[in-house]
Amino acid sequence: MRFSKRISFLFCIATILHAASAQASAPLNYLTGSGDKADSVVPLTWGVTIISIAVILIISLLVAGAIWRRPGITAQPAGSKIAVDEETNGLSWIWIGVGISSLVLLFTVVWTMAVLAKVTSPSAKPALTIEVTGHQWWWQVRYLSDDPSQIFTTANEIHIPVGKPVLFKLVGADVIHSFWIPQLGGKTDTIPGQTNETWLEAHTPGIYRGQCTEYCGLQHAKMGLLLIAQTPQNFAAWRAHQLQSPARPLDGGQWAGLANFTNHCGSCHTVRGTDAGGSLGPDLSHLMQRHTLAAGVMANSPADLDRWIADPQGIKPGNLMQRPELSDRERASIVSYLKTLN
Amino acid sequence: MADRLPIETALPVGAIDTRATGWWAMIFVIFTEAALFAYLLFSYYYIAVQPHVPNTFPEGGLPDLKLAVPNTIILLLSSGAVAWAQLNIEKNDKRHLVWGLGIAAVLGMIFLAVQYFEWAAKPFALASSSYSSLYFVVTGFHMAHVVVGVIMLWALFVWSAMGYFNRIRYAHIHIGGLYWHFVDAVWIAVFFTFYITPYLGLRT
Amino acid sequence: MSITDYERVPTVSTERNEALAEKLKRLWETEPGIAGFLSTVDHKEIGIRYIITAFAFLIAGGLEAAVMRWQLAWPGRHALTPEQYDQLFSTHGMTMIFLYAGPVLSGFSNYLWPLLLGARDMALPRLNALSYWIYLCAGIFLYAAFAFGFGPNDGWFNYVPLAARAYNAGPNIDFYALGMILLGISTTVGSINFVVTFLRMRAPGMSINRVPILIWGTLTASAANIFAIPAVSLAFFLLWMDRNVGTHFFDVPTGGSALLWQHLFWMFGHPWVYAIVLPAMGMVSDGLPVFTRRPLVGYTVVALATVATMVLGFGVWVHHMFATGLPSVSLSFFSAASIIIAVPSAVGVFAWIATIWTGKPVFTTAFMFFASFIVLFVIGGVSGFMTGSVPVDWQLTDTYFVVAHLHYVLIGINVFPVVGATYFWFPKFTGRMMDERLGRWNFWTMFIGFNIGFFPMHISGLLGMPRRVYTYADGMGWDWLNLITTIGSYVFAVGVLLFLINVWKSYRNGVVAGDNPWDAPTLEWATTSPPPPYNFVVIPTVASRHPLWEDRLQQHEGESSHVDAGPVLDHGREAIGTSSLDATPDIILRMPRDSYTPVILAVAATAFFAGLAFHAWWLAMLGALAVGIDIIVWLWPERVLGETREPAING
Repeated sequence: MRFSKRISFLFCIATILHAASAQASAPLNYLTGSGDKADSVVPLTWGVTIISIAVILIISLLVAGAIWRRPGITAQPAGSKIAVDEETNGLSWIWIGVGISSLVLLFTVVWTMAVLAKVTSPSAKPALTIEVTGHQWWWQVRYLSDDPSQIFTTANEIHIPVGKPVLFKLVGADVIHSFWIPQLGGKTDTIPGQTNETWLEAHTPGIYRGQCTEYCGLQHAKMGLLLIAQTPQNFAAWRAHQLQSPARPLDGGQWAGLANFTNHCGSCHTVRGTDAGGSLGPDLSHLMQRHTLAAGVMANSPADLDRWIADPQGIKPGNLMQRPELSDRERASIVSYLKTLN
Repeated sequence: MADRLPIETALPVGAIDTRATGWWAMIFVIFTEAALFAYLLFSYYYIAVQPHVPNTFPEGGLPDLKLAVPNTIILLLSSGAVAWAQLNIEKNDKRHLVWGLGIAAVLGMIFLAVQYFEWAAKPFALASSSYSSLYFVVTGFHMAHVVVGVIMLWALFVWSAMGYFNRIRYAHIHIGGLYWHFVDAVWIAVFFTFYITPYLGLRT
Repeated sequence: MSITDYERVPTVSTERNEALAEKLKRLWETEPGIAGFLSTVDHKEIGIRYIITAFAFLIAGGLEAAVMRWQLAWPGRHALTPEQYDQLFSTHGMTMIFLYAGPVLSGFSNYLWPLLLGARDMALPRLNALSYWIYLCAGIFLYAAFAFGFGPNDGWFNYVPLAARAYNAGPNIDFYALGMILLGISTTVGSINFVVTFLRMRAPGMSINRVPILIWGTLTASAANIFAIPAVSLAFFLLWMDRNVGTHFFDVPTGGSALLWQHLFWMFGHPWVYAIVLPAMGMVSDGLPVFTRRPLVGYTVVALATVATMVLGFGVWVHHMFATGLPSVSLSFFSAASIIIAVPSAVGVFAWIATIWTGKPVFTTAFMFFASFIVLFVIGGVSGFMTGSVPVDWQLTDTYFVVAHLHYVLIGINVFPVVGATYFWFPKFTGRMMDERLGRWNFWTMFIGFNIGFFPMHISGLLGMPRRVYTYADGMGWDWLNLITTIGSYVFAVGVLLFLINVWKSYRNGVVAGDNPWDAPTLEWATTSPPPPYNFVVIPTVASRHPLWEDRLQQHEGESSHVDAGPVLDHGREAIGTSSLDATPDIILRMPRDSYTPVILAVAATAFFAGLAFHAWWLAMLGALAVGIDIIVWLWPERVLGETREPAING
């Protein structure tokens, strides 16, 4: 009874998993995926999962069968002597069981090696090199190029063109973090003192969520990132826009906002073309182009922006952005300025 | 009860030669200590081959062998003195047992003194760099073992002088000797790592 | 009476001899009261203390988990601050892995080893007491820090640079580092004791192919500890130096390496994982046959598989570091090794199943725990196998899938066998049976609660939930799974509570057990329950793996084992030493009296570490001095131990 229930339960798991992930209700799942890497890794993931479920089922059945194969003794009077069987047969269980297990294991090793060989480097030359630096608790993203005028910096959101492998150089700024876009590929750590490399490719345009997965301190939980895969045309347009300095403020209120921003925020944040040139926090040059604030913690709306500036420690306790000493009016002016950073 | 019980002959009583429990315990203490030094030296080699480590590794250039080589010989002589002491007690020569242990302990102390000057002569301090940290901590670990060994040798010296041991009862000497030989053997590995490998081209 | 000869032929007794028992009791008994409490070297006393202390830590770690599950029951909860959550999960991990899982097995092994081996005590009784006292002191040291808000807060594997002074300025990591070094001393001396006991203390005739599998499990674990513990102690020491005296082992800008920590930690960490399951697997291998009424299937291959697991276990540490950017040659090697290590585990699984299949199960609570363990072992095993495949591990690692895996390993392969073993050996420990009716409730609550609580963690992991997050957003697909996990884990906690109630109730007024209530085959059941301080009146002589089943197993023709007739060693505390492979007697060992040196040494060593933690150098110096004096007193050659010369003639 117990075991048959258990078995049907296990059988359901695969279906449930597939349903849950396919509905995209679990944006960080890796049972589905997109791109060259996922194309080889997702089947392997399913393969070893199914092997595992099968092994659990078979062993559960064998244990249940062994227990209930014949009526056992339910209670043993203390001190009584019960017959003891000879140490005969049974050994064939071990040889057959271990033999079959070894074949399955060997098969998995071969499959693993084949996938490993395939995903170690991309099939085509990477179209783009992006340097991602893990900070406590946000991501700095630099688009590298041989031409210095083509280099620019952004944060927490990565845009890539679809259909082309992109090379990522991963750098650790402070502690170890781990860079992970589960729908496109596995994790690679960002470690101080070394530059790790990985590559990703997306088949279809869309927003893919990422997350830091090496415990990195107080706000490890809130260190998300987004990867936005775009058609090559859209990507080129986005990139061209990013390379420009943001437009200058239009009205007096926004000019006051810029002044306040430079005063209070400029030693940590950069907005290109202004005196704000700090590098401790994310580059905000094209802030309004981003979907989220504070490394995926909240949506990028004016209200949330205001809330964030007013109380960064309440929303993300322990993060390095101190509560600036701002009057409500100054804060409103800063928000109105930031809203211009398209 | 017709079966044979296994003990019909006389068995020695108490701590005798390699049947003493303490002797077996010391073997495994040495295994774990040897593992400790293996991990220490692993740390050295691991850091030495990291690409980001500065070129001043070893710091201060090739290490000076002026003190280190004679000091190595002193430590080996000390091991020899303990071996001589062990031979003597097996012949029931208690006087030369005491002498052997005393000489070994004094040589151990000379080694420590020379090490002190060797340390003082280094142009770097513990906190200068990863090399300096490794150098002082690894040789420091070894020195701590020499200190323990010297204390142990003096204890054995006193116990021997008190006439505790004879031709049959000398397990303590055997066990202590084992430890002291180990401490000397470890020095060879430490010496090779810090003084010889730079000459063999490791990171220079 | 001459007690001081260099050699003698031991007297042999061939019948039960009350006068002899009375004499041995006087020789071996521990003084009552606080003096005896502090000075005893009786392995049974020490074993029970180990078990009780380990369970106290299990309860503490369980309460920490319960608070964390409260926080994670729904998305976006803030019952705990991030700092509180971080200390809780780190302390929970430290507690369960270091203060519960290892020590509880040391407790069982300490109690059972001499009884299983037919010995009067462990080889090094004072060292045994020392390993317990240091364990207790280290546990108190670590928990005292936690009580003041200075518990570890960078996870149990404590990666640098997060654990370096620059990113963790408080004293938390200093306490963790020093406490772990102290605990490492306890584990090391305990392990040395087990290995020497195995090599020297087996009853005459118990050649290495006749020892119970539990002995193989603990032996393998101990041998591994001897080589593995120095790695972690060293790592923590170097970290403490980096944090307190400015060395640069892990400091990247000055030429140190962040990954050095991970290598040193996992060179220890992976063997340790096997060290905290192999003895538990050994308990099942010994307990299951009793309840299936037949010897274990494949004794030899199971014993060899135990050793093989550990040997391979030293070659797979890198699978904890697959995402650190290692070259693919290294990845391939460690990936293959991590998958192949499942082969010796498969040996155990099929041996256990075959033992049940070809036997006649007796449905006791202990049997149910042992049998269910096989399924949990396989679930924990296959999830480990999945993480061995590098490309899959790049996805699985650091998600809740790994949390599920390690809980199936630690609870499934450690807690379930330990609880089963308690039902099995409780009669021997206390002389009373545990309540079987309450036992059923206990088993089903734990089994169902555990699977409801921890199985869904696999799924939250596959759906991408990272581990070590103090909260999570809604809309990630993890909400229901986490709620189910919380509920299941609370049901599991109720199961553990039922176990504790049963222990207490049965200890007070359980049914009196008698010497061998389960009709089990091994030597511990040949003596009374609970055993006398000297374990056996005469030294047993062993001729097979199942001394108490020989009358019923046909294959034991020729010599048979003796438990009521054999050498009498009554000239003081004495034991027999035997050769390492075939257990031929070669010496009569003098065993130490009760002694205060172990407890004083433990306190002095703790004072030394406390001095380092508080930078109270005078205290550290004082502690070190006391340690030195204590060791010299301890090792002072004694005539009564047969360590110094003896007069030729003695009255």
